[in-house]
Amino acid sequence: MPEINTLAEAERVMTFCNACRYCEGFCAVFPAMELRRTFAEADLNYLANLCHNCRDCYYACQYAPPHEFALNIPKTFTELRLETYQKLCWPRSMAGVYRSNGLVVSWITIISVLIVSLLTLLFSGPAKVFSTHLGEKAFYTLIPYAAIVPLALILVGLMITGSLIMAYNFWHVTGGKLAQIANLQANRTALMDALRLKYLTGGGYGCNYPGEQFSMARRWLHHFVFYGLMLCFVSTAVAAIYEHFFHHSAPYPFLSWPVILGTTGGVALLIGTSGLFYLKLRMDTIPSSSHVMGMDVSFLALLFLTSLTGLLLMMFRETSAMGTLLMVHLGFVVAFFITMPYGKFIHAIYRYASLLKNAIEQKI
Amino acid sequence: MGIALIDTLNSDRKWDVLVIGGGNAALCAAMTARKAGAIVLLLECAPKHFRGGNSRHTRNLRYMHESANNYLTGPYFEDEFMEDLMRVTDGQTNEALARFTIHQSKNIGEWMSNHGCMFQPAMRGTLHLSRTNAFFLGGGKALINSYYAMADKLGVTILYDAEVLGMEIRHGKFYSATVVSKDVSHRLQAKSVVVASGGFQANLEWLKTYWGDAADNFIIRGTPYDKGTMLQVLLDNGAKPVADPRQCHAIAVDARAPAFDGGIVTRLDSIPFGIVVNKNAKRFYDEGENFWPKRYAIWGRLIAQQPDQIAYSIIDSKSIRLFMPSVFKPIKANSIRELAQRLNIIPAVLEKTVSAFNTSIHHGRFDPLELDSCYTENLTPPKSHWARPIDSPPFFGYSLSPGITFTYMGVAINEKAQIVMEDGTLAPNIFVAGEIMSGNILGQGYLAGLGMTIGTVFGRVAGREAAQYARN
Repeated sequence: MPEINTLAEAERVMTFCNACRYCEGFCAVFPAMELRRTFAEADLNYLANLCHNCRDCYYACQYAPPHEFALNIPKTFTELRLETYQKLCWPRSMAGVYRSNGLVVSWITIISVLIVSLLTLLFSGPAKVFSTHLGEKAFYTLIPYAAIVPLALILVGLMITGSLIMAYNFWHVTGGKLAQIANLQANRTALMDALRLKYLTGGGYGCNYPGEQFSMARRWLHHFVFYGLMLCFVSTAVAAIYEHFFHHSAPYPFLSWPVILGTTGGVALLIGTSGLFYLKLRMDTIPSSSHVMGMDVSFLALLFLTSLTGLLLMMFRETSAMGTLLMVHLGFVVAFFITMPYGKFIHAIYRYASLLKNAIEQKI
Repeated sequence: MGIALIDTLNSDRKWDVLVIGGGNAALCAAMTARKAGAIVLLLECAPKHFRGGNSRHTRNLRYMHESANNYLTGPYFEDEFMEDLMRVTDGQTNEALARFTIHQSKNIGEWMSNHGCMFQPAMRGTLHLSRTNAFFLGGGKALINSYYAMADKLGVTILYDAEVLGMEIRHGKFYSATVVSKDVSHRLQAKSVVVASGGFQANLEWLKTYWGDAADNFIIRGTPYDKGTMLQVLLDNGAKPVADPRQCHAIAVDARAPAFDGGIVTRLDSIPFGIVVNKNAKRFYDEGENFWPKRYAIWGRLIAQQPDQIAYSIIDSKSIRLFMPSVFKPIKANSIRELAQRLNIIPAVLEKTVSAFNTSIHHGRFDPLELDSCYTENLTPPKSHWARPIDSPPFFGYSLSPGITFTYMGVAINEKAQIVMEDGTLAPNIFVAGEIMSGNILGQGYLAGLGMTIGTVFGRVAGREAAQYARN
């Protein structure tokens, strides 16, 4: 099959949509489209990343396939987003990881779990790893605090650096000025749009996902994932403060802030990721692209397994399984941070940048 | 064939109400009849993807309302509605039925919402109609999707790819319908029938009996499934026809549009900002007569009356950004001569037409949002508004064809949506709704969103009456 030029296809689709405009009530993409008469690469990259893939426009479209005009925005924009991810990737040489991303993320995860486990076994010895440890600093008897902190700092640093550079790349290629990033009013609007997932509400009725019926299921499940992840981050930050400033070490009691926040976040992540995976199994595949299936599923799986091992660790930390669970959980966490900018997570960065650009240009 | 389908097509089974058609009117009838307790079968001749007839291509409907609401910016009273209707039809309407339609449309948005319709708040694209017309979120196909979901939930049996070819009617009474499903013909019996199968615009042979070979140059922008089979059957069985068979909703579309089903995107809104010439490079109608939304539905017929049914909209660079962007790119040239050559019309005549137009302009204050004071003097035909010289290259040209949405000729009815026969009697159990009867109200002209009003009002009436007949 000949390679379809995604950019040309996106331009064709937007030209039709701009002459119709029936979908303008669904999301931000169509009002943004209406500000334009022609669609250059910069416009299309922006519009594709502003699209939340709710699919409402596909089912409402009188020109959707099998109509001869064959307009399929969700699929076209999904494929264009994948191209943007590759084009804006930093470092450039890593661009390939977005293709066959499922495989890449899976291998990184496997290797990461193996390395963390091997190092733990090597330095602490099997006898220590497979026995029971109780009380404060129990984790650190196996993996020293002095090893965890630099590792965490390096991983978080790399993740933030990569994400910021790619966000800048996006801002640059879509024609944004650097000074606009500081627009407080626009940031407030964009933040609210992101936190509420306003554009998964489809004008108040939800997404056409997994099929033709309107439903808020995907939006709620995404909330579970996002806020679950946030709770886990907060839990980690609180734990770091306890450790660093109060010399109060993990594992913490069940009724402590790090455990309560982490457990709530972990459970929310389990619900959110498995729910989204379930919807994905049931989804109509015509408005979707098979090229991102691996990326989507591997991200959900990694989040699910990280949360699951974290919760199991919390439940069985006073047994001899603690060592094994700790190595495996830490392996997943490391893999998660390494792959963050090089997998599905990157959508959050470009989506926010697009929402910010949208907030700025709709004010003009 | 599944057991459910065998059961549905069982010729011994007698349905209460058969609904023939699958657009807005048919769905309103089917839902209403089902809610009244009838056992209903809806037969849509299109496959599921293309279900919904012309309703797929609609965007809004007009209804009477006495106060603003979430999606209508102000009241639209009965008298104003009636005046609008009388003006566009130039009196070519059954006044009693027209008033009945308006009455019945009062607050109909509420009923629609209760049956799954989602409306969108007034937005940029809807402003000029936002007081009188309620817009469907996502347009007509989204509305149809919601209605099908609701009809299914209510227990209406729905068959796609089910084309009705004939009806057994004796002395005006319906007995059964012959439907072809998966290449097999079946005879279906019902106590009453609602025919909501649209006009006949997709039947080129039929159009030719009124338009001659000119119909070969028509583009059918509406659904390709409206072949008028049921209309023909009803007329053959003595139903009284209504409206001029040449009357239709027809707009100017890009001549490059597909032969069928091109819908909204093929229209061109450049007309009021330049001039329109025929293939002889002569103007033939006042391009600036009124606001475009009030005039665009007459241009299809105007072009249909020109030689070879083709026309050309000519504008210059001053105007290229003033109208909705087009799907097809305009022909572009740096001189009128070159533009004429590229459009294949006589350059010398087009130059003469443009220069005659340019020199007759009274230079007023140009305002695309007002009936402005830029008009021509001593020019035939005149251009009453938005007349600015066509003198700033590059010049742009679009070729235009008549794009027919739906035909108006239908069958005469009463206020119960019952068919009136040629001899004045009423068909006891045949009810009609939608485009097949819109000619009762729309003898000519068009009022944005009125097709959906007629379909919704008479769909509900037909459904109610058909269910009531079936019950007794």
